[in-house]
Amino acid sequence: MLKVENLQVSVEGKQILNKVNLSVSANSIHVLMGQNGSGKSTLAQTIMGNPFYEPVAGKIEFEGVDILGLKPDERSKKGIFLSFQYPSEVAGVGIQSFLRILYNNSHEEKLTPVRFRELLFAKSDMLGINREILERSLNDGFSGGEKKKMEILQMSILEPKLAILDEVDSGLDIDSLKIVANAVDRLRKKNNMAVLIITHYARILKYLEPDFVHVMKDGRIAKSGNRRLAYELEERGYEFDA
Amino acid sequence: MPEKTFRKNIDIRKNYSEKFGFNMPEEFLLKIEKGLNEETVKRISKAKNEPAWMLEFRLKAFGFFKEKSLPSWGPDLSKIDFDDIYYYLKPVDEAKKTWDEVPESIKNTFEKLGVPQAEKEFLAGVKAQYDSEVAYSSLTKELENEGIVFLSTDEGLRKYPEIFEEYFGKLVPFSDNKFAALNSAVWSGGSFVYIPKGAQVKRPLQAYFRINAEKMGQFERTLIIADEGSFTQYVEGCTAPVYSTDALHAAVVEVFVKKGARFRYTTIQNWSNDVYNLVTKKAKVEENAVMEWVDGNLGSKTTMKYPSCYLVGKGSRGEMLSIAYASENQHQDTGAKMIHLAPDTSSKIISKSISLKGGRSSYRGRVEVSSEAKNAKCRVECDALILDEDSASDTFPLMKINEGSAEIEHEATVSKINEEKLFYLTSRGLTEDEAMSLIVSGFIEPIVKELPMEYAIELNRLIELEMEGSVG
Repeated sequence: MLKVENLQVSVEGKQILNKVNLSVSANSIHVLMGQNGSGKSTLAQTIMGNPFYEPVAGKIEFEGVDILGLKPDERSKKGIFLSFQYPSEVAGVGIQSFLRILYNNSHEEKLTPVRFRELLFAKSDMLGINREILERSLNDGFSGGEKKKMEILQMSILEPKLAILDEVDSGLDIDSLKIVANAVDRLRKKNNMAVLIITHYARILKYLEPDFVHVMKDGRIAKSGNRRLAYELEERGYEFDA
Repeated sequence: MPEKTFRKNIDIRKNYSEKFGFNMPEEFLLKIEKGLNEETVKRISKAKNEPAWMLEFRLKAFGFFKEKSLPSWGPDLSKIDFDDIYYYLKPVDEAKKTWDEVPESIKNTFEKLGVPQAEKEFLAGVKAQYDSEVAYSSLTKELENEGIVFLSTDEGLRKYPEIFEEYFGKLVPFSDNKFAALNSAVWSGGSFVYIPKGAQVKRPLQAYFRINAEKMGQFERTLIIADEGSFTQYVEGCTAPVYSTDALHAAVVEVFVKKGARFRYTTIQNWSNDVYNLVTKKAKVEENAVMEWVDGNLGSKTTMKYPSCYLVGKGSRGEMLSIAYASENQHQDTGAKMIHLAPDTSSKIISKSISLKGGRSSYRGRVEVSSEAKNAKCRVECDALILDEDSASDTFPLMKINEGSAEIEHEATVSKINEEKLFYLTSRGLTEDEAMSLIVSGFIEPIVKELPMEYAIELNRLIELEMEGSVG
């Protein structure tokens, strides 16, 4: 589904990613680990199309189509979703009308505000999101955990084919983490969604069993393996000989 | 390769020409040739058949106008050619009570602007001014029976001369500034409103000002008296055709808010970019009364407007909520004045501006607290949003506080559209333009929610149109 080949990315002339190769198929769960500054978020942002990151060589294919020339909204419409590490706060934009735009943009069926509310409440209740929060502006003044849940709520509204979750576990307590992980897994099973998890910690992997674990170092994928690698890393740290 | 930067082409007025910028063939009963001299002033007065004191007032004002130089501060007004403006064009003999009596071209204009429709749906009364005179005037029977008066100012002067002698020009003397003097010399049209004691006007009164002729000057004069304990919402809208020549709009508005009354005055100014919009608005607010100005400045070439509240009564309150939108070739120089002259008075100024495509918006405010105004409270908040590098925003706040117990808060922020925020929203499937308009509408939301959305024809339509397919 997602194929990253020899990807090199620069920011203001400085190389951040160096020949990254990654292949993610439908229904699978991949985990990307690595120290701060190793390039994990850069890879996620580049796949989503952040214009700040310049791909200088290599390619990114999604369902066999080169997406490097596409804008972020076009990538979203193809079914790619990125849960941000630091979601933006958008004052004055009501969550309910915003989420309804997302729904109506991504689904054939268009819902009226009343019908959409029903669907929204079903999804937000499942994530344990207080309904009062849905009356507020998007992420405006939210705690870290509330923002992460709002990202997952947006994911469940958009129903992407590929979900990239950039440190979705930071800011969540253990109960919330479990709820979020279960929501991701349900959507994966329902839609054969592919999942790419970026994290520092193995704790989310208790609820989301990865098929592959990759370790990034100095802008490239230094090591890949199965889930055992994640626990090894947590025990021994990233100081291994790649 | 993705584009390095986002395009920034949101423009909420991009369809102005077709929607508002049209013009109708000129039909008139009298059009005084262009240019301004004492003869012009006398001819306007004669055409109106008004009392001698008014002609005298006009001539004195004209004298002051001639003497006074253009303001040495603020936007550049040196390009205004006062000799290339028409000062009086009379389209109808009198304000009509039904749309059927209004001449076809005028009626069609207001229909295109949606005025009769809005009137049917939610207004208690309408004044529709076309060039120099009010062409259509209505007020529901109910309100008329309650003693509410809503007339064109010319008609008001004829019917209530004693009220005019007491109030007209008392809050805004012609010597207030050059353009108040110009208005006082050549004024025509506008609304006269009297709300009797205790009357609660539930549905708003609306005035719509339309310029049709090229090189036109419109100088309406509005006088409002809200008597004790009354409540009223008043809305005005303005638009004009797009020509390539300059037009001039210099209005004067005087509002007297008596003890315990509340008056809300909402303006959605959407002149074409031909228009110099130089307006003087003042309110005198008595004991425990509330005056609220809500001011949307979207249009015009240059606007200078600083509505003020003179808080003369104990416990009185003044508010200003404003949005300025400055795009290509526009300079919005707007703000507010809150003058605290009595104890326990409070005021609030919230000003938001958006600058894009080389436009410039300036906030100019003045807060004064006199030594009599014990325990005055004032909050000023100015937020500017700048959408691109060619555009600018500046702030000129002035505070004169002569009383130690005053609580004054002032906050000002300037923000640029943040690329991260745009990327965040586009990553959810919104196009750049949709994301941009969402951010902009979110920015002005605190003011828009205060607007009478059901009937503020201009902004309502503009924002909804822009948001079509995005905000549900």
